Amino acid sequence: MKKKEKIIRERMSFRDKVLFVVLSILVTIFMYPIIFIINNSFKGKFFISSNPFSLPNIETFSGIRNYTTGLAKTGFVDATIWSLFITVVSVALIVTFASMTAYYITRVKNIVTSALYIIFVFSMIVPFQMVMFPMVNLADKLHLNNPVGMCILYLGFGSGLSVFMFSGFIKSIPIEIEEAAMIDGCSPIVNFFGIVFPILKPTIITVAILNAMWIWNDYLLPYLVIGLSTEYKTIPVVVQMLVGSNGNRDMGAMMAMLVLAIIPIVIFYLACQKYIIDGVIAGAVKG
Amino acid sequence: MEKTLKKYGLVFTLPTLAAFSLAFIFPFIMGIYLSFCEFTTVDNPKWVGFSNYIKCFTEKDSQFLLSLRFTAVFAVVAIVIVNICAFTLALLLTKKIRGTNIFRTIFFMPNLIGGIVLGYTWQQMLNAILLHFETTINANAKFGYIGLILLMNWQMIGYMMIIYIAGIQNVPLELVEAAKIDGATKWQTLRKITIPMIMPSITICTFLTLSNSFKLFDQNLALTAGAPMHKTEMVALNIVNTFYGTVGYEGVGQAKAFMFFLIVAAVGLVQLTITRRKEVEH
Repeated sequence: MKKKEKIIRERMSFRDKVLFVVLSILVTIFMYPIIFIINNSFKGKFFISSNPFSLPNIETFSGIRNYTTGLAKTGFVDATIWSLFITVVSVALIVTFASMTAYYITRVKNIVTSALYIIFVFSMIVPFQMVMFPMVNLADKLHLNNPVGMCILYLGFGSGLSVFMFSGFIKSIPIEIEEAAMIDGCSPIVNFFGIVFPILKPTIITVAILNAMWIWNDYLLPYLVIGLSTEYKTIPVVVQMLVGSNGNRDMGAMMAMLVLAIIPIVIFYLACQKYIIDGVIAGAVKG
Repeated sequence: MEKTLKKYGLVFTLPTLAAFSLAFIFPFIMGIYLSFCEFTTVDNPKWVGFSNYIKCFTEKDSQFLLSLRFTAVFAVVAIVIVNICAFTLALLLTKKIRGTNIFRTIFFMPNLIGGIVLGYTWQQMLNAILLHFETTINANAKFGYIGLILLMNWQMIGYMMIIYIAGIQNVPLELVEAAKIDGATKWQTLRKITIPMIMPSITICTFLTLSNSFKLFDQNLALTAGAPMHKTEMVALNIVNTFYGTVGYEGVGQAKAFMFFLIVAAVGLVQLTITRRKEVEH
């Protein structure tokens, strides 16, 4: 009997080994596009198209020259700073104001707040192209065509999903805690930031990550609102400018910039992997 | 408590509402009105009735209809492949083998890379492969289509896999054990227990792949930009090109955008009702 069990266990582990190998191959295939651009970013620009899959050798290796020309051409450093600024400030605004709004429309029940809730949810399914043109016109008129203006627009665009997610969580918080604080004479503001906001922490992380992900990668909104002629370009905009321009493409610089655009995301992902994956699950289940 | 809170209503809601009105409510209402007008900016609309809508279908070769068809064919294929691959991976990764976490981490990673960067990365790689056949991705609409499907899979599989894993881990172990005792084969357990139990995950994943496929823009712009001859131009890109490509066609673009919204909403709603009906109560 014992012997039989042992055989089964060994067979299981053999099956697991096969599975492990299969998954390893799949993962390598999955990683290949990234390996491909990293590999080519170290080759001289004239060698990329002739031999795209080989490793750089003495003849084709160009060191970090692609990176330096790419950086000089695109203003990538500035773009990183503006991308970071817009993402961080927008997420801070969204977390603060969307949670306050969600709190109010969940705790005060009347026709107006119920209608607002429905409009917030409704806005999630509307494609961007529907509001694009009038919105860009309005933003121009109100002089929002700068990084600060972008943050305000992102607060508007991000509030649908965010208010929805915060409302879902606030509904589950027992109201007694807040009532006790209220009797002690706290104003609603102190009450909200002192008591409710800390309880919201898991949802705050989810909302922050979901919004940071799309704002960081968003191309169309900054391209249309800020445009190409200012110094406030974000990473997706400069990548599109460098790579999307027809004619004389510098393949080497392009590969190098693609690598640089991916690096911050990978670092951010590896640093807060657990929160990101939990956030995505929570966001999907509620949305 | 509600009374005290009500006095602070504006403090709590004004910043969000102001930004939300600016980014969504006003543009949405204006958008509906403008779709019936001829204009070049929002200041000079001239009411023209349904003529924009008629133009959507009569413009040169009716690119809008072609884009709609291309998008629909793309969406159907993408939904099927992404979900089958993601579900299979999720099944494999819930078998408690070594390295599960690392595999999960890597499969999910492409999802975080933005559409523009992702599109150009794939464009480079596919062109390098097609070089052996002395052609490029822009030479043939088939290449562009396959490229878009590959790219979509690369980006979405990890995301959907994560949702399926969460679903599979929530299936009560007793049910699986009971089936085993009753002599169910693995295939039967999968068909009769796992899949019905994770129907909510299937609803979410098909909805997300559906709406992401329909709204796809950045990836489309970066990978093919519609080449050759607009043949790989999806609806979102077609609308943006209509707005900013030809002067005088802003109204047509807005009319297309409004129909696009109605289609996305309708398709999403139909999909949700179909898959929701198949969900079982725990």
